[in-house]
Amino acid sequence: MTTTIESPELIEPEEPGGPDAHGPGGHGPEDHGPDHAHEHHGPTGILNWITSTDHKVIGKSYMITSLVLFFISGAMALVIRGQLADPTSSLVNFQTYNELFTMHGSLMLYLFAGPFAFGGLANYIVPLQVGAPDMAYPRLNALSYWLYLGGSSMMTFSFVVAGGAASFGWVAYAPLSNSINSPGAGTDMWLLSLGLTGFSAIFTGVNLVATIFYLRAPGMTMFRVPIFSWNMLVTGILILIAFPVLFGAVVMLFCDRHFGTHIYSVSGGGVPVLWQHLFWFFGHPEVYILALPYFGIVTDIIPAFSRKPLFGYRGMVFATLSIAALSTGVWAHHMFTTGVVLLPFFSLLSYLIAVPTGIKFFNWIGTMWGGQLSFQTPMLFSMGFLFAFLMGGVTGVLLASPPVDFMTHDTYFVVAHFHQVLIGTTVFAGFAGFYFWYPKMFGRMLNERLGKLHFWFLFVGFWVTFVPQYLVGLRGMPRRIADYLPTNGWTFLNEMSTVGAMIIGFSFLFFFVNLVTSWRNPVPAGDNPWDGGALEWFTSSPPPHHNFTHLPPIRSERPTWDYNHPEHRKDESHGDKRHREHEQKEPETVGAPS
Amino acid sequence: MNAFTNGSPTSLPAHEHTGADPAAEVAATPRRRRWARPAVGAAVAAPLVLGGCNMYPSYGASRGATKQGQDTFKLFSGMMTTGVIIGVFVGLLILFTILRYRRRSEEMPKQFHESIPIEILYTGIPVLVVAFLFLFTVLTENNVDATVPVNATVTSTGTPVEHVRVTAFQWGWRFSYPDHNVSIAGDVTNGPGGHGPQMVLPVGETVQVTLVSNDVIHGFYVRDFNFSRYALPGVTNFFDLDILHTGTYAGQCTQICGLYHTEMLFSVKAVTPAAFQTWLSGEVAAGHTLQREPQSEANTPPPYTHVTPSNALAAPSSKKGSL
Amino acid sequence: MRVNGSFLAVIGVFFAVIGIVYWFWSYEDAGFLMLMGSALLGILPGGYYLWWAKRMKPLEGDEPEATVADGAGVIDSFPGSSIWPFLLGLGAFFATMTFVFGLWLAPIAAALGLSAVIGAVVESRRGGTV
Repeated sequence: MTTTIESPELIEPEEPGGPDAHGPGGHGPEDHGPDHAHEHHGPTGILNWITSTDHKVIGKSYMITSLVLFFISGAMALVIRGQLADPTSSLVNFQTYNELFTMHGSLMLYLFAGPFAFGGLANYIVPLQVGAPDMAYPRLNALSYWLYLGGSSMMTFSFVVAGGAASFGWVAYAPLSNSINSPGAGTDMWLLSLGLTGFSAIFTGVNLVATIFYLRAPGMTMFRVPIFSWNMLVTGILILIAFPVLFGAVVMLFCDRHFGTHIYSVSGGGVPVLWQHLFWFFGHPEVYILALPYFGIVTDIIPAFSRKPLFGYRGMVFATLSIAALSTGVWAHHMFTTGVVLLPFFSLLSYLIAVPTGIKFFNWIGTMWGGQLSFQTPMLFSMGFLFAFLMGGVTGVLLASPPVDFMTHDTYFVVAHFHQVLIGTTVFAGFAGFYFWYPKMFGRMLNERLGKLHFWFLFVGFWVTFVPQYLVGLRGMPRRIADYLPTNGWTFLNEMSTVGAMIIGFSFLFFFVNLVTSWRNPVPAGDNPWDGGALEWFTSSPPPHHNFTHLPPIRSERPTWDYNHPEHRKDESHGDKRHREHEQKEPETVGAPS
Repeated sequence: MNAFTNGSPTSLPAHEHTGADPAAEVAATPRRRRWARPAVGAAVAAPLVLGGCNMYPSYGASRGATKQGQDTFKLFSGMMTTGVIIGVFVGLLILFTILRYRRRSEEMPKQFHESIPIEILYTGIPVLVVAFLFLFTVLTENNVDATVPVNATVTSTGTPVEHVRVTAFQWGWRFSYPDHNVSIAGDVTNGPGGHGPQMVLPVGETVQVTLVSNDVIHGFYVRDFNFSRYALPGVTNFFDLDILHTGTYAGQCTQICGLYHTEMLFSVKAVTPAAFQTWLSGEVAAGHTLQREPQSEANTPPPYTHVTPSNALAAPSSKKGSL
Repeated sequence: MRVNGSFLAVIGVFFAVIGIVYWFWSYEDAGFLMLMGSALLGILPGGYYLWWAKRMKPLEGDEPEATVADGAGVIDSFPGSSIWPFLLGLGAFFATMTFVFGLWLAPIAAALGLSAVIGAVVESRRGGTV
């Protein structure tokens, strides 16, 4: 069934009155027009899910699938930590251990972190934020989910084929990943799964870029698009740069394995290092494909809970763009210890990424500065992100230095660094986004108390897990080893890390209880429970089939805020006098109350 | 060589302070203005004061048993201190903001959203910091990466040069001394104490290591040398080690290389040049000579891997030149 | 469109510049080619948008003063539901499985893929469910 979408009607913000009429829980105009939530009549039940091309349904499917994979992969991490708690543990054997850390990394990086953000949250939120009725290519969007589901189940079920799952680490360095060293079908399934999910990511990237380029609502100029959507746009472009390279690399590896080519094998005149060049040309942008969406989430949450506009909007956009640009020129900083890459070039570009990242940090602080901060669960998780990413980022700067990289490469120092960065983004910021937008998606609130318990256990567990890993790394413990000598002096730190991992695992019990509670005893959320500013808070929760029945005038990056708090629009200038002049210019176009 | 003595106390409490316990400190909020400033001052000063006592706090890392390792350590320590200062500053700034601007009323805050001078400031300062870090990085990198010519027997300053060829394979190491007709090897099953083969090297001389791999990528890593380098199939890597202190240093493969990666251990025993010569003649007498080295370990498939006729073609070989 | 075009073009030019620097510093082929490919990925669509930005009527979304009324009318046709993406995804899944478990899966993959492609095209032409 095809629906032709008429533009939503304009709402003039004269009657809802000033900010006091709304109070802290300012809300959108649910009185306007009929509820369109059930307007859409398609197939029902499972067929409805399979045939749906609605970005909200697809976004939710993406989120649920990726969260399931997150918990599977997290369980693997707990087994790994269990194995490492004791120097000579035999909880799992070497082969199983190698499979576990490979699949832990692969599931987390390929199948959870990215898809949760750009397939799940972005799919759901971006069309709402830019005022679009759906993604630009709804059927392509659905195809991308099905490819993702196929690819991820293929990777997950590669455990059960003969020979077991892939066991060469998530980076699959040639020649360890060739047919001699990794002969099993599990490796082939791993590679093909990357092919499928890679295409899924490319389709989503195309969709995001097209949606943000072409389907913005009237008045939603590029510099009024909320930062979350900006970051998703840049992520989409990075996907289009990075994933085709991965796909090419994977196809060539597959040909090496089965069709007798010698692209990565020395004996046939190939070059094993080529795999690393190709992989990391994908892999480093991938790191920012994983990070940028989560930066965007935090950038949307902090203003809402500070009751202020984002500090340095343009700075934020340019920081995001420069991170994206620089991240494509730094791939070989993962290869410093190969001895065959140009050290200063990659070192310099890697260092430079610290600058836009720093700008983001100070913009977040500037947004909170002078605000009225309230620490509900999403804001707490965002603060957790700030601290986690701060330490992960600082140690990341160290690793941009080739000598320091020689010193710590492939030790737990690096493991701790990237876990702090990735958990800071995907878990802290990711769950911040989940708690933030859950009311919008399901029309019901999550319990604040359980959310806060979840946060505090996660936060404590996080530091207990990863600070010891920095230390054990500096004491020389390499990554991806299944046991070690009791005389190495690594035992206590590993035990501590394992305890921390258990605390992290425990914290998610509160999350599950929270979900169950919200389904058993729903607390209605209203349209705008957090007094958010972006357009998604203007429509109902959950939004109707094509998102908007009405739109407010869009004159800044937070039209809902402008609508709810006409007295407290962005201070467009620094002096009060100029501010007033500006206000006098605006009314006839915006229709603000006089 | 003991590097654990004074390291971690300087770095970690600082981070824990930034991250740890806003809840406990919420209680202190009413007095915030009184404690906030001294706290910022103290936290910024702490690493400086400690740095004054000891120019290079170790943070738990090894201070390096080689000249190159010590250079690397100094760079690491300096960068770490910079990082701690910046991290603590930003962390406390966040914490201060959190505590100072907690919502206490429903009053709407001032809706300011930009300040160009401040934004330029916090763009410019990181650029300068990064420029300095890059400068020190390049200087250290040039020291660490410098190698004597491949066939040199003495360095430009007259130090004797010892050449060692390290061959990594699944899952063990071969150490060959081509100038002395000595070659020793060990894998996961042997070596002193079952901890892999031992490479004996002289102190006070420049050791040039030639690193190659017979099969997959391995990582040559000795913690106390603060150095690691991949053994890449098809590539010959060179690096120099100027070992300063005698002792035994544990080493290990750091790059996942298959099933027994975990047990691919080795050790480096640094001895005086005289003891080194004695050891060499002992090894020659024991028959551990180059002649006993297999023609190509690569042509025999490594154990534990499955080779079928169809894919045997792709068997790796170590006989290719460098890239 | 002008903003979109310029930032794509600027990113593309940046890749071109660092790509050239990289080439003359390292003479390494793979990275140089990939950087040049990325440069084209920025410059081609960026240039296209910039070219069109001068010639087309601005989108309502690019008009700072546009009101919702300016955008009134039909936005586009969006399929409300469609079975074909699922079948195409299933076909792709079987097609990749063919590489692991053998050619006997190929007919299933081909049947699913072909029917999905035909179905989707017909659906688009008719503007509705097939």
